[in-house]
Amino acid sequence: MNTQITKGVSYESEPILQVRGLCKTFVLRKSLIRQMVGIRPDYLRAVHNVNMDIYSGECLGLVGESGCGKTTLGRCILRLYEPDAGQVLYKGKDFLKMKGDEILQMRRIMQVVFQDPYSSLNPRQITQDIIGEPSLVHKISTKKEIIDRVADLLSLVGLNPEIMVRYPHELSGGQRQRVGLARALSVNPKLIIADEPVSALDVSIQAQVINLLLDLQEKLNLTMLFITHDLRLVKYVSHRIAVMYLGNIVEMATSDEIFSDPLHPYTRALLNAAPNINPRLRKTTEPIKGEPQSPINMGNGCPFYTRCELSTSICAEQEPQLREVRPGHFVACYLVQ
Amino acid sequence: MDNLLRVENLETHFFTYGGIVKAVDNVSFELSEGEVLGLVGESGSGKSMTCLSILRLIPDSAKIVGGKIIYHNEDILSWPKNKLIHYRGEQVAMILQEPMTALNPVVTIGHQIEETLLQHENISKKEANNKAIDLMRMVGIPVPERRIKEYPHQFSGGMRQRVMIAIALSCRPKILLADEPTTALDVTIQDQIIRLVRDLQKEIGMSVVWVTHDLGVVAQLCDRVAVMYAGRIVEMAKVIELYENSRHPYTLGLLESVPAGGNRYKNKLIPIPGTPPNLANLPQGCAFKPRCRFATDECDNPRIPLVKVSPDHYTACVRYEEIWK
Repeated sequence: MNTQITKGVSYESEPILQVRGLCKTFVLRKSLIRQMVGIRPDYLRAVHNVNMDIYSGECLGLVGESGCGKTTLGRCILRLYEPDAGQVLYKGKDFLKMKGDEILQMRRIMQVVFQDPYSSLNPRQITQDIIGEPSLVHKISTKKEIIDRVADLLSLVGLNPEIMVRYPHELSGGQRQRVGLARALSVNPKLIIADEPVSALDVSIQAQVINLLLDLQEKLNLTMLFITHDLRLVKYVSHRIAVMYLGNIVEMATSDEIFSDPLHPYTRALLNAAPNINPRLRKTTEPIKGEPQSPINMGNGCPFYTRCELSTSICAEQEPQLREVRPGHFVACYLVQ
Repeated sequence: MDNLLRVENLETHFFTYGGIVKAVDNVSFELSEGEVLGLVGESGSGKSMTCLSILRLIPDSAKIVGGKIIYHNEDILSWPKNKLIHYRGEQVAMILQEPMTALNPVVTIGHQIEETLLQHENISKKEANNKAIDLMRMVGIPVPERRIKEYPHQFSGGMRQRVMIAIALSCRPKILLADEPTTALDVTIQDQIIRLVRDLQKEIGMSVVWVTHDLGVVAQLCDRVAVMYAGRIVEMAKVIELYENSRHPYTLGLLESVPAGGNRYKNKLIPIPGTPPNLANLPQGCAFKPRCRFATDECDNPRIPLVKVSPDHYTACVRYEEIWK
């Protein structure tokens, strides 16, 4: 890994989290009648053979369009979905093989911030219980200490501790997302999976939450997997970026390299499609044609070959593997030398 | 350029138990022929209500209580309802944000396009069918002969939005009102739709009002921009002028709070503090005052007017002379 100006990220040491060959396929339309007449169920390959490393203190951005499997990947890492195959190694130990109390321990270490602050908070709990419950479950604080603990967490995320007696419906979207963040931080996690944490918020509120998230990451030395579909945002927050397309990671490199020297045809198309905020730089190039193919019962080839202008016969037959073409720059494409 | 549409002091209010909500509050703007006007604002800023007011399609709980909407020198607010049939669809058409819910799920795509044609034009069913196929081809739907018989659930989000555009353009309207048409779509599909609208706009020569909260889309598509906050237009200018020489703290705040290509170590985002105001309980003066770093006592004056900064550049800020990017 090349050196870059990053505070608190250590690329020299072992990665904190290693994902190896992770797969998740959902089975659709599997009914007894269909089985009896011999119709095979439909398979939706949401996450396919994903390999990636997350280093301590870094923010890895995971970017892709809707339905590409980025949320499913995040949930598989947390075992909110049970993956079908692969390993999730935290400091060398496989989380997927753990049982009982060990799982509970890992759940403390890895926390999640969900996309929709309107549905991820229990509407019947007051803020104090929403934020306090994880600390009680993990025996981090006792019932007596809990009010102080919640007050500390609320000030940490920039909220007035007075709101701890309020219900979620009394809070604004930005406040709710801060509550969700306080809940995640309540158990002193090492790794945060932030799944589109600002896309449900108003534009003027997004920057508040993003800056808070990044400040806390540095202050608490958190490692973060930041899932988003917003390219300008992913460039802003991430040290490294992984680009996903239909369940596969197609390219992974440092943030600077992805934007200055994208190698995979899909990454190029995606960057080209993102509207530039400078009105003097109006795009004249043609947009990429077509739409992603259906992820149901996909063939063996490269997932992108149906839209790729450079595709050759091998692209349709055999899937390219993610390989390191330059130090720290991984691409899954036959055409990249 | 001639003014095709002129909105003058439009007031659309909701009457709720919590009081009167001024969804559109004294909004005035003009739309020239062949122009793309961006209407930018956060949720609840009144941009959709402005569009619906232009079509007189506002919900029953709302009422247009003042102002004029002048189309071809006639105030459409004074028209009887039956006269609107040839105005909606033929003169002014609209595409909505959610292509998933705007189409009727139990009627074929072809029927939904033909319905508009048969309503507005004196043609036979056969001709309408042919025309629908042509329209589908124009908006880039592959194999329209086959797909015309399909239902909305067989179409992807991007394709559904193309169908919506085909319906909106079926009678060659003079004005297209596009209410966040790409917000629900992926970036690569959004790019295709923006390109499509830009090409068709040039081809047909229509004017477009493009409602969005995405400053990137505005930069790529619009000629002129009106920024809305709490029901009012706070700044209006040509797109480059607005982005490079913004004279309203809210516009400036929006531009500073979205990542423009920098990263966390350089060009740090500057958020706008606070939250959008409650529309049922707006302050007397400038609604942005509580969040504004330039605020003074003067900002409490009721009705801060849009003042002309330079030709084609208007701002509703008392301290505009001190605001520089």
